[in-house]
Amino acid sequence: MNIKLPFTKNALPPVTRKRISNTGILLIITVTLFFTLYIASTILFKSSNFAKYSVFFNLLNNKAHILLLALGLTVVLITGSIDISVGSVTGLVSMVIATMLTQKGFDAIWTIPVSLAIGIAFGVVQGFLVAYMEIQPFIVTLSGLFFARGMISVINPVSVPITDKTFMSWSGAKVYIPFLFNERKNGTLDIAYLTPAAIVAILVLILLIIAMKKTKFGRALYAVGGNPQSALLMGVNVRRTKFQAHVLCGLLAGIGGFLFTLFAPSGNPGNGVGYEIDAISSSVIGGVMLSGGVGLPVGTLFGVLINSLIERVVPLLGITEASWPRIITSAFLFVFIVLQSIFIGAGNKKGVSAILMQKIKARISAFPKRFKRIFQRKKTYPDK
Amino acid sequence: MNKINRGTEFPGTTHKSIPRKIFGHKLAIPLLVLMAVVVQNIITTPNFFDISITNGLLSGYIPNILDEAAELIIITLGMTLVIAVSGGVDLSVGPTMAIAASFCGLLLNGSEYRTDVFQNPYILAIFIGLLGGALCGAFNGIMVSYLKIQPMIATLILFTAGRSIAKQITHGQTIYIMNPVYKWLGVQIPGVPVRTTIIVSMVFVLLVVLLIKLTSLGLFVQSVGINNSAARLVGLNSRVVKFMVFVICGVLAGAAGLVGSSSVGSVNSGELGMSIEMDAILAVALGGNSLSGGKFSIAGSVIGAYTIQAITTTLYAMNVRADQLNVFKAVIIVVIIVASSEIFKERIKKLFIRLKQLLPKIRSTLGNIAQKMLRRRGVQ
Repeated sequence: MNIKLPFTKNALPPVTRKRISNTGILLIITVTLFFTLYIASTILFKSSNFAKYSVFFNLLNNKAHILLLALGLTVVLITGSIDISVGSVTGLVSMVIATMLTQKGFDAIWTIPVSLAIGIAFGVVQGFLVAYMEIQPFIVTLSGLFFARGMISVINPVSVPITDKTFMSWSGAKVYIPFLFNERKNGTLDIAYLTPAAIVAILVLILLIIAMKKTKFGRALYAVGGNPQSALLMGVNVRRTKFQAHVLCGLLAGIGGFLFTLFAPSGNPGNGVGYEIDAISSSVIGGVMLSGGVGLPVGTLFGVLINSLIERVVPLLGITEASWPRIITSAFLFVFIVLQSIFIGAGNKKGVSAILMQKIKARISAFPKRFKRIFQRKKTYPDK
Repeated sequence: MNKINRGTEFPGTTHKSIPRKIFGHKLAIPLLVLMAVVVQNIITTPNFFDISITNGLLSGYIPNILDEAAELIIITLGMTLVIAVSGGVDLSVGPTMAIAASFCGLLLNGSEYRTDVFQNPYILAIFIGLLGGALCGAFNGIMVSYLKIQPMIATLILFTAGRSIAKQITHGQTIYIMNPVYKWLGVQIPGVPVRTTIIVSMVFVLLVVLLIKLTSLGLFVQSVGINNSAARLVGLNSRVVKFMVFVICGVLAGAAGLVGSSSVGSVNSGELGMSIEMDAILAVALGGNSLSGGKFSIAGSVIGAYTIQAITTTLYAMNVRADQLNVFKAVIIVVIIVASSEIFKERIKKLFIRLKQLLPKIRSTLGNIAQKMLRRRGVQ
């Protein structure tokens, strides 16, 4: 007879560790990847100053607009929908701003409400068609992309540089960060700075993190993306949530367009081409699952940073052609999408991927536990 | 018992009125749109139906539309199958065109970027080009069928990277192939009065129709598209079916790329098949096919493709610039898809029912008002 006594090791219920979620594991991979890449490039390319604070912050400064677009897409992707019109909306906003400032003689202040309004208008129309008319989001936002891209050349078919003084002063503004500086060889200080665009992007990111974690709306997003039917049974208004997500994405695209115009102050028919792809790949690399319900805004930040880093590192490898960063980003996208499909496959609890995943998850979730034990010992036995 | 209307009990036996029969048919909407475009053209351009022979080629509005639609039709055939089998779209057809054409151009030109001598036999180059298309299709197919990734996302990878890869194949240059034989595929075979593109597109339509009618592929595609797991339970290998369809779509895209590059006599990976995936999706939707997979009709898609090309040509004739065309296309897509969506149809039905209910009320109130007016007049 094999009797198991209570409170012996064998009889304990299976390991009661807190299991790490898909969101967590994808986020951990992304963050590790970013820091590994960054440290590797610091070691490999000593001449290009990756160890400087300013270089690090420039990664964000150069991609603040993409971060906003990617955050919008994160929200929409979490509800299980998609919005591919954001790039064209960015281009449209920049063209409208340029035309307003140079040809219509508006004040620079007016560009802010106008760009927000354009974004919201796109969000409302697309959100209505997706949520209330139940048309495939891809088709709806595809026509949104078409429409915005066409409107750009209807408004102005040629490139318009912005010369407005107020706007250019916003565009050139820098906010220096105290205590973060490196000395140049000639003795001057290279102080790290953030552009206003980057600050806006970070503020939006913080607001979104809080909203996704704490508010009813944020939780409803996850519920709708995870399983719309059970969300409906729980009492979540699925249609309204999807609509709100699209409106929010449109709003963020509008802000992103404004920030893009700050970054590159001119209206050009080719502005924002392919930005939707950058945004989607950033959020996917950041751990947003395309099937919906999984993802964090913080991950998207790291996705954007990884893309920005790739764009900076690839020329240093001696590849001057502009097409290579695209290929490498796509390769990363491929790897992450395949990883995601393995995670989904792991849900079946059968097959190789599931067993593999369980082992990996066990290892990773055991990690913080060990650290915890060390700290607990210190706490339980204060200095004797 | 006598009151039971057998017609409502068995939907198959219901009697339909003739207009409902016509408008209820699958191909009604695409044909109507095509007719509207044609009528508009007849009004604006009186010589719409004129066909003349210049330089040994049929020319005129209609041959022009048929010629320009060739690439789109070949792409649309593949897109129809992909949408039917997976309920998603293949975004990477444009870049696949560029990749296939680059392979072909590389083989024909060797290392030079501007020659008039073929370095390899033309047939071999075409074969390698199609093989390149098939490879792209296989890459997408593996991702969709074996890794179970949504088709739109899986093809997004080649969509972003494809043109860059094509550029790498041709060493970042535009390749010019000056040999007149190269233009056989895209312009004219000497002595044949019809543009080769028209013939090629017809041949591909015929091939795909035969493939669907003669083999069980069409049936398999439909059953996988309608219900993937049910098809698997019946005993279909749904993965292989999906994979096959993506490979076929890749080959067709490759063929379209060869035709497209041949008609301009050069391989420019940045320009070839730009945003054709959007047109193809639009054509499939216009053709009355459901974008969520399942049943499909090749005829509808072909009509849809011609409609789109006709719209494009018409708008060009109305002096709309190429970049502004997108606004019109976007509005047309949204209107057509909203009109064909289930919810919209239901709402319209409800509206009609309500109107019918309200009709007697309106009549009576109108009658009352009229009577009152008459009385007043009579009194006064």
